[in-house]
Amino acid sequence: MIEVKHLYKSFEGEFVLNDVSARFEQGKCNLIIGRSGSGKTVLLKSIAGLIEVDEGEIWYDQQKFSHLDSRSRRKIREEMGVLFQGAALFDSLTVEENVLFPLDMFTRQTRAEKLDRANFCLERVRVSGSNGLYPAELSGGMKKRVAIARAIALNPRYLLCDEPNSGLDPETGIVIDTLIKELTEEFQMTTIVNSHDMNSVLEIGDKVIFIYKGCLCWEGSREEILQTDNEALNNFVFATNMAKQIKRP
Amino acid sequence: MRLLSNIGTYFLLMGKTFSRPERHSILYRQTMREIEKVGINSFPIVVVISLFVGAVITIQTNFNIENPLLPKYLVGVTVRDSLLLEFSSTMVALILAGKVGSSIASELGMMRITEQIDALEVMGINSASYLILPRIIAAVLFFPILCLLSIMVGLFGGYLACVLGGVMPPTDYIYGIQYAFYPYYISYALTKTVFYAIIITSVSSYFGYHVKGGAVEVGRASTRAVVQSSILILLANLILTRTILS
Repeated sequence: MIEVKHLYKSFEGEFVLNDVSARFEQGKCNLIIGRSGSGKTVLLKSIAGLIEVDEGEIWYDQQKFSHLDSRSRRKIREEMGVLFQGAALFDSLTVEENVLFPLDMFTRQTRAEKLDRANFCLERVRVSGSNGLYPAELSGGMKKRVAIARAIALNPRYLLCDEPNSGLDPETGIVIDTLIKELTEEFQMTTIVNSHDMNSVLEIGDKVIFIYKGCLCWEGSREEILQTDNEALNNFVFATNMAKQIKRP
Repeated sequence: MRLLSNIGTYFLLMGKTFSRPERHSILYRQTMREIEKVGINSFPIVVVISLFVGAVITIQTNFNIENPLLPKYLVGVTVRDSLLLEFSSTMVALILAGKVGSSIASELGMMRITEQIDALEVMGINSASYLILPRIIAAVLFFPILCLLSIMVGLFGGYLACVLGGVMPPTDYIYGIQYAFYPYYISYALTKTVFYAIIITSVSSYFGYHVKGGAVEVGRASTRAVVQSSILILLANLILTRTILS
């Protein structure tokens, strides 16, 4: 479980996060949704520790991550997998080397054991057979899958995904979403997915929080999202004229 | 004020860079990779430039000391000392600042904007130590070899100018490059090269590591890295020459 309490973050005097509190459950896909520039990426990066918040607390189970020193944070980070928007695979390494990377860094396993684990992760995300390819030789969807394989290599307890299906066609996007959902349930991870894609929300959002102008504006399940009276959320979810017509009755 | 802030950020980055590496085996592997990229791949440019410059210095010196009172072997002395004292250390460093410096800055800049550095940080890896330290070690180990190579190839270039160009008798040239030779000059050149290696790799890494934005900023960072490294090399040259040779 990950919990954030009263988070505040401002850049040059302007609040990007304004008293955000939320709880992200284990074994569920917790979605953070919101318009571009609403603060959801800042929230996710704050949770990952890539951005320091001005005020507030971030808890990873019983550990207060926001107040830990870098050495103690490192222990939690070893249990954290992060999927970046652009996959963030290391260009100079092959697919296999990318997945081996965290294993080389943090485990004392033999080479054979590490290779077994890397191949298991690649098979799990269905990209086996591409071990020798470089990221530049992969399609967008494959890059995301390899990034997921790297993220789960150390069997993490927490998985943070920043817009996992951005830049992908809707069908491939759903494949990635489904994969994240399957892995979350299989490994009982606490997964947080940052998205502005309604397909993702409806496909995998066990719990959804809506960020609007840096504030937590609404939270609920994917079923509840369709019946809400929250105007800002309705404007976001039913943004197109066609969607508004569907909502009207 | 901005200059002070930049200097402060640079030293903070260096503090992070020189902290304990994640794993010595990985540092070794990375250093070997960087030796290939930073060092071995610079062989051709150093060889070509040194060969031609050695030949040109020989021709120009010979042309400028056409005096019956001055012995011919002085051309060899001048070529050797020019290469040892300035060209093979400082001029080669300026060339490497262009080649290696821009490559480091743009590579790290691209890693920054594509979130690869964030990916390292979020894994709990000291990204500065992982990415920058091997580059500095590789340059410190290999740039002196490039400097020695440049001296040898430059002297050979001068010899070729004598043999093939008929500039002067090769025997006089050979005698000249051995005449009144101070081995200390080699230590001087190598000492300077080590400082230049640190300047080129650390300054370029600093600019690349702190890129914000997109491809345009990566290009700007690369240019800044070369310009600032070159200025610092010239400044360091002045200070080191004053300190070591006085």
